Amino acid sequence: MSMQLLVYVIQPVRASAMQAFLKGGSAASSKNKTDSPVPSSSSKKKDGKARIIPWIEKYRPKTVEDVAFQDEVIAVLKKSLEGSDLPNLLFYGPPGTGKTSTILAASRQLFGPELYKDRVLELNASDERGINVIREKVKKFAQLTAGGTRPDGKPCPPFKIIILDEADSMTKDAQSALRRTMERESKTTRFCLICNYVSRIIEPITSRCAKFRFKMLAEDILISRLQMICKEEGIAIDDSAIDAVFKTSDGDMRKAIMTLQSASRLCGKDGAITKDMIFDISGVISEDYLDKLINKCRSDSYEELDVAVQDIIHEGYAASQVLNQLHDKIITLDSLSDKQKSVVCEKMGEVDKCLMDGADEYLQLMALFSTIMSQMCHGG
Amino acid sequence: MSLWVDKYRPTSLSKLDYHKDQAAHLKRLVEGGDFPHLLVYGPSGAGKKTRIMCTLRELYGAGVEKLRIEHSQFTTPSNKKLEISTISSNYHIEVNPSDVGHNDRVVIQELIKNVAQVNQLDSTQQKNFKIVVLTEVDRLTKDAQHALRRTMEKYMATCRIILCCNSTSKVIPAIRSRCLGIRVAAPTIAEITQVLTMVCKKEGLTLPNEMAVKIAEKSGRNLRRALLMCEACRVQQYPFNVDKEISEPDWEIFLRETATMIAQQQSPKRLLEVRARLYELLTHCIPPDVIMKGLLKELLSVCDGQLKAEVVQNAAYYEHRLQQGQKSIYHLEAFVAKFMAIYKRFLEEGIADLF
Repeated sequence: MSMQLLVYVIQPVRASAMQAFLKGGSAASSKNKTDSPVPSSSSKKKDGKARIIPWIEKYRPKTVEDVAFQDEVIAVLKKSLEGSDLPNLLFYGPPGTGKTSTILAASRQLFGPELYKDRVLELNASDERGINVIREKVKKFAQLTAGGTRPDGKPCPPFKIIILDEADSMTKDAQSALRRTMERESKTTRFCLICNYVSRIIEPITSRCAKFRFKMLAEDILISRLQMICKEEGIAIDDSAIDAVFKTSDGDMRKAIMTLQSASRLCGKDGAITKDMIFDISGVISEDYLDKLINKCRSDSYEELDVAVQDIIHEGYAASQVLNQLHDKIITLDSLSDKQKSVVCEKMGEVDKCLMDGADEYLQLMALFSTIMSQMCHGG
Repeated sequence: MSLWVDKYRPTSLSKLDYHKDQAAHLKRLVEGGDFPHLLVYGPSGAGKKTRIMCTLRELYGAGVEKLRIEHSQFTTPSNKKLEISTISSNYHIEVNPSDVGHNDRVVIQELIKNVAQVNQLDSTQQKNFKIVVLTEVDRLTKDAQHALRRTMEKYMATCRIILCCNSTSKVIPAIRSRCLGIRVAAPTIAEITQVLTMVCKKEGLTLPNEMAVKIAEKSGRNLRRALLMCEACRVQQYPFNVDKEISEPDWEIFLRETATMIAQQQSPKRLLEVRARLYELLTHCIPPDVIMKGLLKELLSVCDGQLKAEVVQNAAYYEHRLQQGQKSIYHLEAFVAKFMAIYKRFLEEGIADLF
């Protein structure tokens, strides 16, 4: 009788201790089996309150299947997860389309949490990546051989992955130093290069990799993800505001989530997020302001234009933002002929280049607007 | 005794004089206990730094005001030693990486990693992250900006970055998409007037309203400049004399005279004289783009209609070359010569039309 009671008492204690132990120790492994979008927040506990994680990390895809919209890459990576070989990869595409997320998720699935550290070398632009590092660190890492099993006995692919994130900021020399290394170590190592502009990667490298272009996310996918997040976080948001988030994000998932989180932080717990708020946060210039600018151009008065441009600078709007939005406006403007539009657009291209080179915003904007003005009022 | 600019700088978000909505937003952001990386942008003298310091204070309390200056040393891969001074408190560190020129990448890589890899000791009482304030981000090289990208994500748990710049045009999109942008527009004339009146009242001075408006207009919507000008007026003469011209910096007058010289006569000899004057401005550390803008403003007042457009295009063209080139005097001079040519042709055509 007493024996039984004792067992009865011990059981729950042990169970809870076990649970606590699991929670504390194997947080990383919970990352692996996914589905629940909430990641391993339990490991970073503090005063019983979970540490707040930015949503861009919280909702980063945890498995390859989670990655939205990039079907070709997913198909290839899935195959390699099932056991076939993996080519050297080159991911390119605009920011926020999931390039880094995809390869991180894939390598985590391939190797599991324990092996991940030994098998994956991640180098990004924040690390020193000159030719010396390629020659020594990368080469050394690549030359290590890898076994075909995990410590727990499960099979895993017999190679290592070197992720070179933001590869377009690598020097030409460093890239050429990579060439031979890539081939010679192909038995034990796969490279994954990630960049925004494939044109900045030298030809010999691109020909050694399977290239995958990451598409800009489509409207419905981005919106459905955003809605999912909103539901998960319990935010009140109407459709027009979600639409605004999409419009300001340019298909950049990270930017969209960032905007959403900022908006929800700004309006507090119970306030609903509105369209205006989104525009306000994302630094987009209001339509009225742009219309006013274009009307100023019609006035054919240089003084008014000068005041208007000064005002842009004082309001703190970025010239590149003005350029972006003005471009959409000009294209759809009825009062200009096609030829005039082309003149204006050419000037826009030039101004954009000059701005990137670091030219003064005021002067460049003045030059652009005076071109528009002369096209509008004098027909070129 | 400190300058009025520092003396009356608001120290908490609720005391800010303008952009109150934004201040309320920031406050709510901070109250959440956590916030994303911030990118604060706006023209100079709009109060970016003031807002950053207010936010920090709101976050950590008065402790952030105990500042100390430190000199950190970094070594580039080519074994060159760099020294950069940082201003820091227990909770934040402020650095202007563009001080070290094209080696700023090294500073970013080392500094942020150093800060970010150390956890706060006592996370129960403090926030569990530190803050790195980077100023003049728009002057960072592309390399340095790329170096920021992944770092910003990787060390999100232990550190937040506040970037401060004049324009986001020169900040790469990858960084922009990782930050919450906060636009600080310049205060309006009315707002500056209000601040000036308030400051004078606190100083126990009477500032006539016309005078305040005049200073505000002269300041070009730059609050810091307005306050400095106001203080300068006070030193020169008190009680304020409304009719008195507000004194401008010497170099502005000098620049205006130069512009008049260009408009008066267009000849190689005059070009040489102008060149000497431009040199003088440059040796007094007036930035070349400011000279260019100043010249343009004055020169445009003598041109009309179509000519203006042409001059503006040329100014933009030469200023762009100036940014790319090495010696600014060449480009300034090229602009002056070009203007002379355009203007002279215009004048001659005008005379030819008369006959």
